[in-house]
Amino acid sequence: MPSDTSSTDAIRVENLRFAWPGNPPVLDIKSFTLGRGEKLFLRGPSGSGKSTLLGLIAGVLSPGTGTINVLGNDMARLSAAARDRVRADHLGVIFQMFNLVPYLSVTGNVTLPLHFSPARRKAVGAHPDEEARRLLGRLGLTDPAMLDRRVSDLSVGQQQRVAAARALIGGPDIVIADEPTSALDADARDRFIELLSEEASRTGAALLFVSHDASLARLFDRAVDLAEINTAGVTA
Amino acid sequence: MKALFTLAWKSLLNRRASFLLTLFAVALSVALFLGVDKARTGAREGFGHTISGTDLIIGAPTGSVNLLLYSVFRMGNATAEVSWPTYQKLSARDDIAWTVPISLGDSHRGFRVMGTDHAYFEHYQYGRGESLRFAKGREMDDLFDAVVGADVARELGYEIGSPLVLSHGLGKADFGSGHENRPFRVVGILAPTGTPVDRTVIVSLEAITAIHVGWESGAKNPLSDSITEDMIRSFNLTPKTVTAIYAGLKRKGTILRTRREINTNKGEPLMAIIPGEALAELWSVTAMAERALLAVSIFVIAVGVVSILTSILTSLNERRREMSILRAVGARPGHIFGLLTLEAGLIGFGGAALGIVIVHVLVLIAGPIVMQRYGISLGGTGPGMTDLITLLAVTGASLLAGAIPAWAAFRRSLADGLSVKL
Ligand SMILES: Nc1ncnc2c1ncn2[C@@H]1O[C@H](COP(=O)(O)OP(=O)(O)O)[C@@H](O)[C@H]1O
Ligand SMILES: [Mg+2]
Repeated sequence: MPSDTSSTDAIRVENLRFAWPGNPPVLDIKSFTLGRGEKLFLRGPSGSGKSTLLGLIAGVLSPGTGTINVLGNDMARLSAAARDRVRADHLGVIFQMFNLVPYLSVTGNVTLPLHFSPARRKAVGAHPDEEARRLLGRLGLTDPAMLDRRVSDLSVGQQQRVAAARALIGGPDIVIADEPTSALDADARDRFIELLSEEASRTGAALLFVSHDASLARLFDRAVDLAEINTAGVTA
Repeated sequence: MKALFTLAWKSLLNRRASFLLTLFAVALSVALFLGVDKARTGAREGFGHTISGTDLIIGAPTGSVNLLLYSVFRMGNATAEVSWPTYQKLSARDDIAWTVPISLGDSHRGFRVMGTDHAYFEHYQYGRGESLRFAKGREMDDLFDAVVGADVARELGYEIGSPLVLSHGLGKADFGSGHENRPFRVVGILAPTGTPVDRTVIVSLEAITAIHVGWESGAKNPLSDSITEDMIRSFNLTPKTVTAIYAGLKRKGTILRTRREINTNKGEPLMAIIPGEALAELWSVTAMAERALLAVSIFVIAVGVVSILTSILTSLNERRREMSILRAVGARPGHIFGLLTLEAGLIGFGGAALGIVIVHVLVLIAGPIVMQRYGISLGGTGPGMTDLITLLAVTGASLLAGAIPAWAAFRRSLADGLSVKL
């Protein structure tokens, strides 16, 4: 999928409206942007539509109306298959928890996106497992014994770092993280965000980090409150 | 594609218990089906190859299948015999080129004893027109000479010159009912034929009469043990009856007329059958049962395939999270669909392959026993075309069955988006 490299924004959302079938609209956003390489904190209370917005940006959901421009691709106008291709090639995703496929090894989980994106496979080169170990090392998972453990035996903090390594492998342009730290204690949380930001900077990836915890805003370039840009439900 | 394969395989290993149980269910169902099929084709081939070159088989009136079974396959017993003068009259017919008289009803340590004459070795053919061959020795010459089939020699350890005791009646227990004063000995051992001949002891027609000296009333005469060999040799041993007659015609074209004339014989009632026709009749009798058995075993396979579907369908809920992870890392809905159909296909393929292995191991173990008991060869040892077709069909059916849970997961992965609630 060609991406418009001249575009200055990684993500540009305009006049977006979205409603889950049979429900009132959850999102009505006039404008929202994420710059290339920018680290943005998106805050909003539980149920405010943060995950829904990420699903739209990731191209898993298709919008009702409006524009969702991801790296020059208008996700609203692409076919489902083309949106999947954009996600596979350019996006890394980290969930709140249960990020890992239980039957794959730690490195198997990290290299998983490479199976679905020739571009990222090419970017990594001939030795994806080495690249996986390098990324895991950067994220503080250096114990070689840990690589052989079943992923369900890892601590939540370790699981989230594995998920971060997976989101970063193959140098995606955007990493979206959906409340990845809400199951971590304060120390682990700050350390996780630091490492994630560091690695994102190294690869030049933009970071869209979502949380309901406003105290994290200080760790990012910019912070946005979803309530300020989303007018859905305001009049209701 | 290779990646999906690896994923499917690892996912199956992760749910090992359910995976293996389903695999075994499929394997057993496939083994049942192939076992039934092997027994069926084995029986047909074995029976079909047992006699060739014989135009008519003649015996006392009975069912044609029955006559075929006892005269060729040594199964069951004749209810009536053909008198010796009638046999001689048949042999003398202008349209008949040769006849082989056979006399059955006795056994030797579980093997049937058959009385006949030189014509048997000359005219009996099996397979595609093969004649009997001697592995060792020669035909009977003396009254107490016996020729044994390959299995008889092997199982009883007989060599040329081995003595043997022939008993009247059937059954393994020779003691007490024996004919110890009739000292037979082995003069010839036949090469294996894969037919009931291998399990037969062949003696002259006169020898059959000799065995029965002292048994004329049907029960053992108390004096029979005191009869000596020399006394027996001095008796008139011309047979009074024969059990059946194999006949070859001078010209094949007369076969229907010859048969009709024999069937409507004035004097002693007779029955002539054409072996191929009687075999066809036998198959038409067994076809119903065969079809029913095959149908049942195909249904059992269907149950096996449905159990694949069930095992995957029930796993879908706990795997909902896994599916949205795969979607998040770039898997298209088609990948989700492919992953689940592949899992079903792998179980089906593995199960069918295991079933084929089970059947072949069973044939290897049980084949000789079945051959011994029923004279049925369970077919070649190696895997054949049927196995391959079954493997492909079961794999195909499993892929199709897998499409149902795959479709469910496909739809759900579209509806779930990235936000699966747990
Ligand atoms: N798959 C779904 N189907 C229907 N409604 C949904 C679905 N996912 C979320 N919603 C609804 O959309 C609203 C926003 O949810 P979500 O985007 O998950 O919020 P947040 O991530 O901010 O907690 C909620 O009211 C939720 O019930
Ligand atoms: Mg959420």
